[in-house]
Amino acid sequence: MSIKTHQYEVLIIGGGGAGLMAALYASKKASTAVISKLYPSRSHTGAAQGGISAAIGNLEEDHPDWHTYDTVKGSDYLGDQDAIEFMCHKAPELIYELEHMGLPFDRTKEGRILQRPFGGHTNNETGKPVRRACHAADRTGHMILQTLYQQCIKNNVNFFDEFQVLDIIMVNGKAAGVVAIELATGDLHVFHAKAVILTTGGWGRMWEITSNAYAYTGDGAAMVLRKGLPLQDMEFFQFHPTGIYKLGILITEGVRGEGGVLINDKGERFMEKYAPTVKDLASRDVVSRAMYIEMKEGRGINGQRYLYLDVRPETVNKYAALDGRTNPDGSPLHVTGEEILHKLPDIIDFCKTYLGVDPIKEPMPVQPTAHYAMGGIPTNVKTEVLADEKGTVVPGLYAAGENACVSVHGANRLGTNSLLDLVVFGKEAGIHAAEYATGAEFAPLPDDAADFARAQLDRIRNSKGNERVADIVSEMKHTMMDHVGVFRTEEGMQEALNKIRELKERFQHIHIDDTGSVFNTDLITAWEMSNLLDLAEITTASALARKESRGAHSRDDYPKRDDQNWLKHTLAWKRDGEIELRYKPVVITKYEPKERVY
Amino acid sequence: MQVTLKILRYNPEKDAQPHYERYTLDAEPTDRILDVLEKIKAYEDGTLTFRRSCAHGVCGSCAMRINGRNRLACKTLLQTLDTSKEITVEPILGLPRVKDLIVDMTTFFDNYKKVMPYFINDEPLPEDGRERLQSPEERERFDDTTKCILCGACTTACPTFWADNSYVGPSAIVNAHRFIFDSRDRAAAERLKILAGESGVFRCRTAFNCTEACPREIQITKAIAEVKRAIITGRLD
Repeated sequence: MSIKTHQYEVLIIGGGGAGLMAALYASKKASTAVISKLYPSRSHTGAAQGGISAAIGNLEEDHPDWHTYDTVKGSDYLGDQDAIEFMCHKAPELIYELEHMGLPFDRTKEGRILQRPFGGHTNNETGKPVRRACHAADRTGHMILQTLYQQCIKNNVNFFDEFQVLDIIMVNGKAAGVVAIELATGDLHVFHAKAVILTTGGWGRMWEITSNAYAYTGDGAAMVLRKGLPLQDMEFFQFHPTGIYKLGILITEGVRGEGGVLINDKGERFMEKYAPTVKDLASRDVVSRAMYIEMKEGRGINGQRYLYLDVRPETVNKYAALDGRTNPDGSPLHVTGEEILHKLPDIIDFCKTYLGVDPIKEPMPVQPTAHYAMGGIPTNVKTEVLADEKGTVVPGLYAAGENACVSVHGANRLGTNSLLDLVVFGKEAGIHAAEYATGAEFAPLPDDAADFARAQLDRIRNSKGNERVADIVSEMKHTMMDHVGVFRTEEGMQEALNKIRELKERFQHIHIDDTGSVFNTDLITAWEMSNLLDLAEITTASALARKESRGAHSRDDYPKRDDQNWLKHTLAWKRDGEIELRYKPVVITKYEPKERVY
Repeated sequence: MQVTLKILRYNPEKDAQPHYERYTLDAEPTDRILDVLEKIKAYEDGTLTFRRSCAHGVCGSCAMRINGRNRLACKTLLQTLDTSKEITVEPILGLPRVKDLIVDMTTFFDNYKKVMPYFINDEPLPEDGRERLQSPEERERFDDTTKCILCGACTTACPTFWADNSYVGPSAIVNAHRFIFDSRDRAAAERLKILAGESGVFRCRTAFNCTEACPREIQITKAIAEVKRAIITGRLD
């Protein structure tokens, strides 16, 4: 088979928010192409709902330092404080930049960007929720994705849409390009480059109940792992408290920001017990755990595995009065059904479509849903990928957005900080990769540059066993949900690790039906599932080793955070079939770890 | 319950012509058409080919004709269809067929790009570096057309587009509308000039198919009418 070749100074793998932001900046200085397995406008950034945070203080007093502290605390002190401070102080500038690109934020009466409260974001003096999340109804991610895609069209960015990248080409330890398959034809393409930016998103499809798109199969992280590079903090995966029961579809935290509350089978607003100050607006890990405890103790609705999220106006107004919540002008908060519909149109549409429930009239049945990877490809603040615990940079390789671990989210991400992360670090990636590329030469490509990618596909194509990929995937999802979810134990995780290894072995004996070249999604899906299996193994092994509870990693057998032994980042390699774990210290600047209460 | 899907199949590497194949399987009334397609692909026939990603109606990948109507497979629940009869699933019309339910979207995106679907305002930014001001009423003026997910359901439901795909189509007009009526944008006149041309809004015969097809419930025909009015009157209110 002939291989087509292309040459660009900078390649961006993935066309979501981080990739498009990187493309806008890289293309100013260097020849740039975005390679995406989806049309960019299909990317999962578009599913983000509630908002993007910045301490611009349009409705009340706020400061980037407060945002920094909240993010450090939210991370359960595992986030690197230099990186968090950088992100939170850049936030206002990035929000204004998005607005200047035309992003249609909702507005205050004065014509400024409207902001709403979100979990874990507080006034640092009173401890009460602060309005920090800038939003466009409940489709903020959609508007960010559309706006960035529009700007890329305006700036003539090169796109290779529906190309699946399979491998990163490394020459003498430097990134030198990628190998991709063109989905429409099945042709392999070699893209020669000076710098490669990975913006491929997360891997929530590993769990049975997830808010994540089918596309979220961790391709970038799995490719990095196969290059003998480490992944960081993979044990920390966020479960969002409010997914639609059984379907996992995200119901934004903005619902609680607008005054919605979680209710158990006894009609109690149970978050009062777990987070007396901010209640329903505690960090996501805290709320998800509280929900699991409520359900375990028999207070799920009708004894089932779900609770109610109630945003009916009468409920919102009742609790707003009890909490003394006010409008920005100091008057008591009082909402109507029409106002809620206006603020949360998509949520209401989802509930009507998938549940036949109108949230203005009935509460929504919700359960925690696998949502966001805090861990990923280790980078520094310049988004350069790191090869080890000493911070050695991999020349020419960059990562940003959900597939990267800077680390700004530590053990638990605050809502709205993912959109902020992808614009802040997407921009940094574009700037730094282009700067590097303009001072670097193209490394000569080896003749066998495409061999490793081709071998991966051939192994799937030529495998003639009896296993169906879907069966293996289904078992993986159940295993991860049962044992590597909100609550974890030594025994459960060991069982999961054994199971994942068994599934990886069985994956060697799959067969697929489609032998063709044109849009062979049977082949591509199988390859994507091999990525999830590889990441499931790393996730579980990293989790098993961490003998404490911190953020999203919560163990029944080690229920306390242990700063003495575990205030450190995990780095996990897969070498010669064995997982190797090493650790590196957390960067602490201003905020000494202390007990985390909301 | 049992459900039968009659799916238009076409493999360019094997088939001279498209043909229907039938699949009968167990399903729940609350299953989406996408869930059923996934189940067929996973357990019955891995060659069945379609696009999908978010599975809840926000990414725009899975527009297809379901019982003759353009819909998103991920937003169409079995309980909203008559499952006592076969459910027909076909690719959207008016774009070249590639394989099974996948069509070539190139023309669709090329038409989108023709209307300058991006924010233009070269005036100086506010001196304090902050946001440009826009009242809630000005923001509300174009709210509906910001919802577009570029799924193509509207454009490929349009009889005018079927007859001639040089017509930019409803989706492109929706995306032009989003900027034409944005008080901060400064290129409305240029876009209106493009849309007044022979590939523009006056090709619309007001069939309302687009509005009925839109999974985001955008009032597309209304948006097209507003663009026509703006061209005729020169007013943007």
